Amino acid sequence: MKIVVTVKQIPDPNAPQKLTSDNRLDRGGEAVLDPGDEYGVEAGLKLKEAHGGEVVLVSMGPAKAADAIRKGLSMGADRAIHVSDDSLAGADALLTAQILAAAIKPENPDLVICGTESTDGSTGMVPPMLAELLGMPQATFAKQVEVKGDKVSVHRQTNEGYEVVEAQAPALVTVTAGVGEPRYASLKGIMAARSKEVKKVELSALGIEKGSPAESVEGVADAETRKAGEVIEDDGNAAERILAFLVQVKAV
Amino acid sequence: MAKVWVAAELNQGKVQSISFELLAKARELGDVEAIALGKGAEAAAAELGKHGAKKVYVSEDAAFDDYIGVPAAGTIEALVKQGAPDLILFGFTYDSREVAGRLAARLGVGQVSNAMDVSAEGGGFAASVPYFGGAKVATLKVLNKPAIVLVRPKSFEASEAGGTATIEKIEPQKGDLSRAAKIVDRVVEAGEKVKLEEATIIVSGGRGMQGPENFPLLEQLADALGAAVGASRAVVDAGWVPYAMQVGQTGKSVRPTVYIAAGISGAMQHTVGMKGSKFIVAINKDAEAPILKMADLGVVGDALKIVPKLTDAVKAKKGK
Repeated sequence: MKIVVTVKQIPDPNAPQKLTSDNRLDRGGEAVLDPGDEYGVEAGLKLKEAHGGEVVLVSMGPAKAADAIRKGLSMGADRAIHVSDDSLAGADALLTAQILAAAIKPENPDLVICGTESTDGSTGMVPPMLAELLGMPQATFAKQVEVKGDKVSVHRQTNEGYEVVEAQAPALVTVTAGVGEPRYASLKGIMAARSKEVKKVELSALGIEKGSPAESVEGVADAETRKAGEVIEDDGNAAERILAFLVQVKAV
Repeated sequence: MAKVWVAAELNQGKVQSISFELLAKARELGDVEAIALGKGAEAAAAELGKHGAKKVYVSEDAAFDDYIGVPAAGTIEALVKQGAPDLILFGFTYDSREVAGRLAARLGVGQVSNAMDVSAEGGGFAASVPYFGGAKVATLKVLNKPAIVLVRPKSFEASEAGGTATIEKIEPQKGDLSRAAKIVDRVVEAGEKVKLEEATIIVSGGRGMQGPENFPLLEQLADALGAAVGASRAVVDAGWVPYAMQVGQTGKSVRPTVYIAAGISGAMQHTVGMKGSKFIVAINKDAEAPILKMADLGVVGDALKIVPKLTDAVKAKKGK
């Protein structure tokens, strides 16, 4: 079974984040593999262990995104495809999906695994767009993924619980943290990753015509923050204080 | 007047509240029509009319309930090509994301997702979206026609406008269903007595609850208050409680009258989903926890000790 996992490098969410002069996310600082994509890699590796085959990472991003790709390879993915072009900085979800689709198509995968949404952009639009462009069913928000023959079966998280969703391969799956804690890269894995193939692909090789962007950033402002109210130390009577507050706001 | 469409969301015949929230905003932006697809769509049209839709495109085909994304995207694509709306509003929900993403890819127009507000601007539309998990708000001008915007639930308050909608029955354009994912079973997991989205009081727990075995303490408090129980992403990821209870960026957005955060530090991921609460009460051992800086009443203390006492105090007050 051939499994493609899409991965993205994002600015380290635990580091201070900055904007560029044109109000885009500054990607110049510390960067990491998107934690949501680590679940994708983990899900792909588990399926490979169960069914054999290979796990291919596909990423779009600047040259330094190679570090995030290497992280996925050291977790155990077999090889990677990296689409890198300076003109892609600030690409919107549709352009990103078009580029990923063009890079993935020649691989003819049985399964494409994505995170549900990137941690930095949070649009959640690339997976359904990618499914559409690849002509694949989308079995999404999966906390569990199983492959039986040429069928993919997932437990799809819902507001009430989950749905059992089935799709015919080739299919696209998005995974949540429910698929299990991503494995750490072992020293052996890190060493092995150094010699794994990372195929660089230029934008021009994909034959994508860049459409007009979906949006322009007009401005960025600080979000309204709530003012801190009263803060008390629990001296054994905190419950009474909370109750008094609840009564005061007529919640009790 | 701009032509504004709302893609209503039905879940097994029931109109989801996000649809009414979107209609309330749509009425400010132009002439409103809605699309209702799936079981119960005709009955839904009457409700959508009350909330301001002048016309509702309706199909009750079962494929919309059974297949993810594909039949709705094809059907709406055909409608868009005929009706040429200026703006289509979707909920930023699991089900609508599937449809909006496919639709945008088919139309080749892109979209703005995860929006918190939409406004008319310079003959077009602008949307505000959170940056850095909600620390900043960016205003984006939407450049495509149709503009496709996905709005976070609880961004607008639903309100009835008292109208009636004409119903236009449409032919579904289902596409190749063998290339669509099929829902074969639905499992209800959270035995929620009170739904998080509808609760006026929410009691929510995080890592400070120290283990899943302590969540019943929150349930007991919730029972006493008539509240719903929520959770932070950390404890959902750790498998303590089901995802259906998660509040935050990747969970539910809530706007109760009172939100009681027990043992939740207040990461941006969480607060973006609950900072619209009218009053926030936070209990945390760490005096530096960010949640205490946004709470109306913050208590530095151990949630495991305070929550059971509060439950007893509430019961005593209510005379139970």
